[in-house]
Amino acid sequence: MSATGVATAPRKKRRARVGGKGEARFAFLLLLPAILVVFGVVLYPVARTFVISLFAVDSPLPGFYPFVGLSNYTRVFHDPAFYGVLRNTLYFTLVSTGAELVLGIAVALLLNAPLRARWFWRSLVVLPWALPTIVNGALWRWIYNGQYGALNGLLDALHVSSTPVQWLGSPFLALNMVIVADVWKNTSIVVFFILAGLQTIPTDLYESARIDGASAWAAFWRLTLPLLAPSIAVVLILRTIEAFKVFDIIYVMTGGGPASGTQTVAFYTYLQAFSNQLFGYGAALAYLIVLAVFALAMVYLRMLRQGQMSGVE
Amino acid sequence: MRHSRSYMIAIHVAAIVMAVVILLPFAWLIISSISPATDLVSAHVHWWPAHPTLSRYKAVFSSSGGGDNVAANFRLAMINSLIVAGATTLISLTVGALGGYSFARLRFRMRRTSLFTFLAVYMLPPIALVIPLYLALANLHLLDSKIGLILTYCSIVTPFCIWTMSNYYLSLPADLEEAARVDGCSRLGALVRVILPLAAPGLLTTAMFGFLLAWDEFLFALIFTSTSNAKTIPVAIAEFTGKYSSDFGLIAAGGVLAAIPPVILAVLFQRFIVGGLTSGAVKG
Repeated sequence: MSATGVATAPRKKRRARVGGKGEARFAFLLLLPAILVVFGVVLYPVARTFVISLFAVDSPLPGFYPFVGLSNYTRVFHDPAFYGVLRNTLYFTLVSTGAELVLGIAVALLLNAPLRARWFWRSLVVLPWALPTIVNGALWRWIYNGQYGALNGLLDALHVSSTPVQWLGSPFLALNMVIVADVWKNTSIVVFFILAGLQTIPTDLYESARIDGASAWAAFWRLTLPLLAPSIAVVLILRTIEAFKVFDIIYVMTGGGPASGTQTVAFYTYLQAFSNQLFGYGAALAYLIVLAVFALAMVYLRMLRQGQMSGVE
Repeated sequence: MRHSRSYMIAIHVAAIVMAVVILLPFAWLIISSISPATDLVSAHVHWWPAHPTLSRYKAVFSSSGGGDNVAANFRLAMINSLIVAGATTLISLTVGALGGYSFARLRFRMRRTSLFTFLAVYMLPPIALVIPLYLALANLHLLDSKIGLILTYCSIVTPFCIWTMSNYYLSLPADLEEAARVDGCSRLGALVRVILPLAAPGLLTTAMFGFLLAWDEFLFALIFTSTSNAKTIPVAIAEFTGKYSSDFGLIAAGGVLAAIPPVILAVLFQRFIVGGLTSGAVKG
């Protein structure tokens, strides 16, 4: 890597100086279709959401709506329901991401071990990831069904408990059961990242640790985990962003209930805008989500940039 | 390195536990889809139907469309999903393969800034775009149309394609274009005749991810579509789940059918998934 890097670096510089203008024009031409497709659709809504958030828009029809300045935003912070859904969102994000991380590392270590037919076990992990989110939600809703569900049936068959539990019947339990369904599907993503990270660790490091008398447990904490830190950081942020935006699985499993116990910020925004037709208030909520996601994304991009640089240089 | 017998047994037991946890819900989806309705709502759970039935699959494929026929609506929604996800993939891949090339190989001002701007768009939460897009599509009479959905999806999938393709081009040897240009190719000629054929594996993997992204999308489809004109399969399933929560057999059949395209793609492309995801992009 370093040899070719040294050889190509000066040549690139010379090329940039000589063919600069033509190259930039060519780059712009190649990018033009993408710019049209992406920003033609995105730029307008992003700007427009902000404008809507400054007005008391309460219908999808064009018309005159009173300008209310930032009061849609201040209203968010005086809305007791908002603090409830914020708490749900933070709980969902923290618990699902944490569980996915721990399970994902465990499964990745297992799939990195000398299993027979390793390709077979690895291809199993792809399956939950590929299952569409909505199908996953509908499936788990059916498994949790209080009357006919497989979970109660299984507990009964194993003689654990014969009294049926309404898994989605009380707010806090429902939130946790939705998290289980989410973790079942999304742990795969963590596995992919950690597996890729594990493959970059040279095996002779473990050899020398073993010769030095380190136990497997000590090698994991002192060697594997620190070397996996970049992969863990990246996947942690990506999963946090996704968990913060969670909507689909809530919609199909609980519809936000019972007693709004599983409503998340994204779901609450949807309800305000599309059930209550409070488009102005919904837009203000949406902008606050954008700010939160962008703060996380900035951290992610910074890490990515550092990773790219250390990869190149 | 030799491993002790007990270690080998332990890891295989752990792998079997993992397999059971992964496969049981899948098995239950398939079993539910072939169980008669009376089995699904009996006092005790029937783990395997005494009389398996394919009637729901037959209904999805052959019942006549229109009105409240849920099975027929599933079929129409599958077709819509295939059209929307297919067209989105085709457009985004074409546009993204060109744009990605300029980020990977060409030097120009604001290169890094524009690359990260595209990436930021990909990370925007859909809920932030959905309100004004809904109002705009209503004005353009594009609500409940496949075109409206395709336009929206392209804006999310294209940044993804740009990012993964530009990473793929970076993994190709840098001297190829120069050799082609010495042989008399134009810049565009070098890209189309030399680089794109070599990038075929990257193009295929990116296409798979793009297809999965579009196939899985829910929020935009939920809000922009209202009839079988454009409703996609996730919307059809979610709607039916909400309405008749205990009639799971038909939902399960729809779910199995909705899962088939992504599962096949994911298994086929399995060995590229890790590389594709970790090059800085992610699905769901």
